Amino acid sequence: MSAAVIVFPGSNCDRDCKVAVERSTGEQVSMVWHAETELPKGLDLIVIPGGFSYGDYLRSGAMAAQSKVMQAVKKAAEDGVTVVGICNGFQILCEADMLPGALMKNSGLKYVCKPISLTVANKDTRFTKRFGDQAEVVMTQGNGDGNFFADAETLKRIEGNNQVVFRYVDNPNGSVNDIAGIMNEAGNVIGLMPHPDRAFEAELGSADGATFFQSIYDAL
Amino acid sequence: MAKVKVHVFLKPGVLDVQGKAVEGALQGLGWPGVSEARVGKLIAFDLADDVADKEAEVKRMCETLLANTVIESYKIEIA
Repeated sequence: MSAAVIVFPGSNCDRDCKVAVERSTGEQVSMVWHAETELPKGLDLIVIPGGFSYGDYLRSGAMAAQSKVMQAVKKAAEDGVTVVGICNGFQILCEADMLPGALMKNSGLKYVCKPISLTVANKDTRFTKRFGDQAEVVMTQGNGDGNFFADAETLKRIEGNNQVVFRYVDNPNGSVNDIAGIMNEAGNVIGLMPHPDRAFEAELGSADGATFFQSIYDAL
Repeated sequence: MAKVKVHVFLKPGVLDVQGKAVEGALQGLGWPGVSEARVGKLIAFDLADDVADKEAEVKRMCETLLANTVIESYKIEIA
């Protein structure tokens, strides 16, 4: 598997993502700077990491979505490459119109940082196959703008297409329909607020993040 | 040189949690008559005179970057 993590000014989970994917799959991961116009050849997986790209100026993810490398990421996604956006990465994918909806300020106005239980809403995806019949998975959440919103029509569409991948058991931020993670219609681009990259070994409180990355590895 | 102001607010019907917090604080400070508080952004910049259709160009800026039209609406002032 050939994988890369995109690094923006203000990304702070880029190295976590690299280590998480490497330890979960045993494959090497390269780092790609946001000013690049081309991605390494033959990529199977692109991870857009969490953090505060461009200081969350204007809106979380808004500036990063316009960066040069995102044109190449969009092209790769259209060619079927798996793209994973975690936390700020999810916000960037929504801002780049690669996923529907938007992430707004948490309904409680507070930054929420804690391990969080999720249900796998769609077990038949390249991101979740390995979870099998596991009822709940645990990953760590850490965000201020995690409140997923989509208008009624969009919501109906993404629910109808089974694009919701993860839901919160106990909604921490007001997300509509308890949505924690969604994928695009083609099923190769996912955005999720909880961090699989902070939950990939039992010592971190959960190894469910490793199962997430291994699912992607299996699907290749 | 034209002076451009873009006002960006969450759309009506989209819960504005900051607006609600501000409203609650103002009411608590002794202004019970405050309601419908909204928190938005004002983005101001100068635009060169040789930009042809300023209104259309600023609209494009809003749609591309300044507003997320999934959740926000915008108002343009050019003086």
